[in-house]
This record gives sequence, C-alpha cells and structure tokens, in this order.
Amino acid sequence: MSAPQTLYEKIWNAHVVEQRDDGTCLIFIDRHLVHEVTSPQAFEGLRVAGRRVRRPDLTLAVPDHNLPTTARLDANGNNIPIADPESAQQLEALERNAPEFGIDYIDATDVKQGIVHVVGPEQGFSLPGTTIVCGDSHTACHGGLGALAFGIGTSEVEHVLATQTLQLSQSKSMEVRVEGELGPGVSAKDVVLHITGVLGASGGTGHVIEYTGSVIRALSIEGRLTISNMAIEHGARAGLVAPDDVTFAYLKGRPMAPKGAQWDTAVAYWRSLATDAGAVYDKVVTINAADIAPSVTWGTSPEDVLPITGVVPDPSSFADPSKQAAAQKSLDYMGLTPGMPMTDISVENIFIGSCTNSRIEDLRAAAAVLKGRKKADNIKWAIVVPGSGLVKQMAEAEGLDRIFINAGLEWREPGCSACLGMNPDKVPAGERCASTSNRNFVGRQGPGARTHLVSPAMAAAAAVTGKLTDVRALIN
Amino acid sequence: MQPISSVKGKAYPLGLKNVDTDIIIPAVWLKTISRSGLGKGAFQTLRTVTGNVFDDPAYAGAPILIAGDNFGCGSSREHAAWAMADLGISAVIAPSFSDIFSGNAFKNGLLAIVLPQEAIDRLMEVAKTDDIHIDLETQTVTTPFQDRFAFEIDPFRKHCLINGVDEIGLTLKSSDAISAYENKISASQPWLSPNQV
Repeated sequence: MSAPQTLYEKIWNAHVVEQRDDGTCLIFIDRHLVHEVTSPQAFEGLRVAGRRVRRPDLTLAVPDHNLPTTARLDANGNNIPIADPESAQQLEALERNAPEFGIDYIDATDVKQGIVHVVGPEQGFSLPGTTIVCGDSHTACHGGLGALAFGIGTSEVEHVLATQTLQLSQSKSMEVRVEGELGPGVSAKDVVLHITGVLGASGGTGHVIEYTGSVIRALSIEGRLTISNMAIEHGARAGLVAPDDVTFAYLKGRPMAPKGAQWDTAVAYWRSLATDAGAVYDKVVTINAADIAPSVTWGTSPEDVLPITGVVPDPSSFADPSKQAAAQKSLDYMGLTPGMPMTDISVENIFIGSCTNSRIEDLRAAAAVLKGRKKADNIKWAIVVPGSGLVKQMAEAEGLDRIFINAGLEWREPGCSACLGMNPDKVPAGERCASTSNRNFVGRQGPGARTHLVSPAMAAAAAVTGKLTDVRALIN
Repeated sequence: MQPISSVKGKAYPLGLKNVDTDIIIPAVWLKTISRSGLGKGAFQTLRTVTGNVFDDPAYAGAPILIAGDNFGCGSSREHAAWAMADLGISAVIAPSFSDIFSGNAFKNGLLAIVLPQEAIDRLMEVAKTDDIHIDLETQTVTTPFQDRFAFEIDPFRKHCLINGVDEIGLTLKSSDAISAYENKISASQPWLSPNQV
C-alpha cells in the first residue's frame, strides 16, 4: 500500500507527464480559461513562432476585465461599441484570436458571458481533480470544487496554448482547518478575510492550501469558491477544498459536466481524491470559527483585517518595524487615524460584485439586508454586478434586481467591474468604497480610491447606513 | 529569452514590503496588446512622491532593485515584469517574492534573487554609494566591501536563464510523452475531453 497522500499530492501525481532529474515536472493542464487582458501577447507569440494551440477543446475564452457593465445592446438589439479605444482593441484581439486558433469564445452579449471564474464552475468546465489555469491570479477560485487551479503569466499562457503543459516544481502543502460553527452574519468572505489576517499576505507563499474542517464542509460551493478565490491574498499558489456530495450536487447536469455512466465513474474517481488519513501537510494552521466576526479591512494590504467591532490600529502597535512603516503609509493613504472605531467610517461608494462575491448566493445575502430598505443619502454610487449573465437571469427570476433597484442601487451587466480600475467602473480619488472584491491595494479601484473589503451582507449594510456597519445589527 | 549570467551596477534602494503588482504597473496600463513600452507606467504611484528612488539621479539607469518581503504580490499580470525590464531593471533582490511574479520574472530573464532581511539591510546601505554584483553561475551577490551573500535558485530555472532556453521549444521536444499522457487519460477519464462527453 502506498504512503498516505494529501488531495494536492494526488492531483499533482495524476498530472505528471515527465519528471526531470532536478525534480521539475511537466504537468498536464486539463482546463485553460482565457480572457482579453493577459492573452494578446501570448497569441502573438504563437503567430510569430508559427505554433498552433495543441488542445483548443480544453480551452475556453471569455471577455470580462475590460467590459463596461452598462447595457451592451441598444433598443434595436445592436451592439453598443466600447468607448475606450484601447479596451475595444483588446476585446477585438480576443474576438479575432479565438476563432483563428479554434477556441470556443463566449461573446459579451451571450447569456453565458461573465467573469472567467464564475463561468468555469457554472458551465461545468471546471471539475474536481483537474488542473486549471488562467492568466489571472484569482484562478485559485476553482479550487473550491477540488481542482488544482492557479494563476499564470502571459508567457505561461502561451506555453499552455502551445503544449497543454507547464514546467513546474511541486509546492509545499498547508492545511488551514476551520472548526466550529459560524455565527449569524458571518459568511465565507469573513472566514477568508480572517484567514488572511492570521496568515498575513505572504503566509501561504510557496504553498498550496487545503481548507478543511467543519466550517468548510458546511459551506455551499459558492462559499467555498469565495474562500479559495482569495488563497492568493495570503500568498498561496492555490487553494483546495476536497470534493464531496455538495460538490457533486452542484456540478450534476451542468452543460460541460460528465453525463450518464461517465458521471458515475467520475464521481467515484473524485471521491478517491480526499486526503488520506495519516497524510502529512508541511504546515497546519487551525482557526476557531467562534473567533470570526463580520470582518473589514482598514489598510492597503488584504492582511490588514479587523472585526467590524475593532478600532483603527496604531502603527506603533506592530512588532515588525517594516510593518509599522507600512501601516503608517496605509493610514495616510486611507485617511484614517488610530483608535477610530471602524463603524465610524463613512463610505460614499458600494460595490457588490467581482469573482469573489458575485454568485447567486452573494446577491441573495446582499438582497436580504437591503429588502425594504433604502441606501443612505451620503452614498453617491452603489452598483451590483452579477458574475455572469446566468447569475443575472437567476437573480431577476427571484426578484433580487427589484430589491436592489428599489433600495437605490444600480443593477449592471456582468464583468470584473470596479474590482480593478480597468473598465469605466472606478471609485473617485479620495473616496471610500465598501467593496466585496478581493484587493485593497493602493489605487486598485482607481487612482486614490480607498477600499474597505467586506462581505456582500456587510456591503449592503454599509449602503443602508452610509458607514461601515456591523450587519448583525440589521439582521437581528 | 536572452542568456543572462550576471548583473552588475547601481541598485534602487526601495526596501518597501508587499510591493504589489498594482504598484509595479497600475491596471490602466494593461490595455496594451504588446509587451513593450510599459516602463513609462512602472511604479507610477511611487513616482508621484518627491524624492522617490526611481527619479533620483544617483540611481539613474540602475539595473538592480532592492525591495522588502513579498515583492510582486497580487495579480498575475506579466506586465509587471515587462514594465520593470522596460525600465532597465535586470534583477530584483528581496527576502521573498510572490510565486506568480517570480515565475513571470524568470520567463523574461529578470532575476528574482531571495536573500534574508539582514542581507537586504546591508545591500540597502551599500546601494547608496556603490555598485552591487550578482553572479548567477556562482549564485552569489557581492559588494566592493567584501560582502558575499549566497542565494538559492531552482536548477532548472538557472539552466534556462544561463542558456537563454526557449522553454516552449524545450517542452515541444516532449510531444510524444504528452501524446502518451493524453491517450492514457482519454481512456481512463474520458469526461476530461469535452468533445467526448
């Protein structure tokens, strides 16, 4: 009998095409998602070298980063052109490259269009036990289904297009075990913000993290995708959640998921992937669910996390001198003073969306808080951006769009939107945003924008009061 | 990729921790469909501050950057490596790098050298007045003051950097092994080929 293995080791070993003497492995890639921002130079590289895409059938292209989230068709059903010429050019490049290289392309007006990390699981393109890559760091998201998924740069995109493999060294393994039961108003987003606060922004560097424990097991797939999505924010190469009955129920019947007898074979294989009893991780971190409150960031690194009941920290309270300097810089940028209660911080903007929090469950959580309420007068801009056209359709069928619109929020078309300051959805300089996205970096949501990362329910609560707010006060 | 075996010259003493990819190159610059010309946007936010190291004539044209822990965290944008190369930087020395950035740097012949914080502190001092020398062959960073810091590098990456290996070309030599793997999987896990589902 072979030695006990972790989920990560099993997926890794199943994908080794060749191992070199120095330990580097040629790893087969089962699924490749392509978007418009990190692919043009890769396709150009293939053209220059006269190379083809080895497995177009394992590749799926969809635009998301650049797309405006305003209406895409006019009253006559014609495409509304993208105003920004550079964004338009990038979109056109993908529209041209996908058919030229034989890759399926989901058009901006297709109901299946959305953020790559929402589309992959939704279509059943992303499956447990597979290796999934995309030129986007939040690719770790798909690990919520039990796939080894990670972000790659454009040179690697080109490498995968040409060879369907990558030359990789195996990462270390880490278990992050979250045990107990989450309190009311505490969501998967709060769990992953808390984990990031505990590990730090580089705590997972060089590791693939498997999230385990009763809290993770009790989460829906949407919640697990949210957690794995932010693995990169604590530095991990990838995040993983072992596939189980919740996973199989989510995937069954999805357009690209296995069917018939193949479904049963696949499920049996997926069940065999769970970490064996006695398998050893390189590092183990245990977190008690009772310690996790609705959480919010105060600074400009995702590790700058506090419970909503906390106060802005004093930079001198950090032991590490480099962190003291960084904290002071963060406070200057964020316009905050030490000792200020987080719930005293007013916000002018609300963003509910991104690959972290734009799935149906996220929209339901936000709508539950906003139902029958109005946004505060000091909220200048509040948008809800569904993760895909299908999420949008489902939300509208449930009447969630009416709840958002009646509360004074805008209901938009799917895309990356205000997560990254690349398309027209930006937060103005000096203004604050309660945002369900994944990064609070300097300038991330637009030059000078001040980001506070929160869960969908917390963003909705901030919309109602105009301040960062403990959502538990609104749901009790 | 051009072969690279050593880098010698001035170094920007940045020292900052958690330099994320939005600091290296903001998203507004990612709309290009080419790899070149991104140096103009490199470290744009930092360069708005008077007295920043990038616009200090003392470090003009420096081929080395010295930074703090977790350099290149955040996005997978290879534009970060392209922007730094376009600015004339050939090597970064830091206590740690994000995994994706160090991969992107490697693909572009940009050395990402890991040294402990004590070595970084010393190099920050030296950089104010003198040149720093990185030798990939011997895996050392040295200064004119007899400082000598050894660093680790993945042997495969070292081989590719020194020989300027076209990695795709190298992998394509394994085409038969890839085909054999594909055949094995299409028999045991047919659901992985969408066309067969």
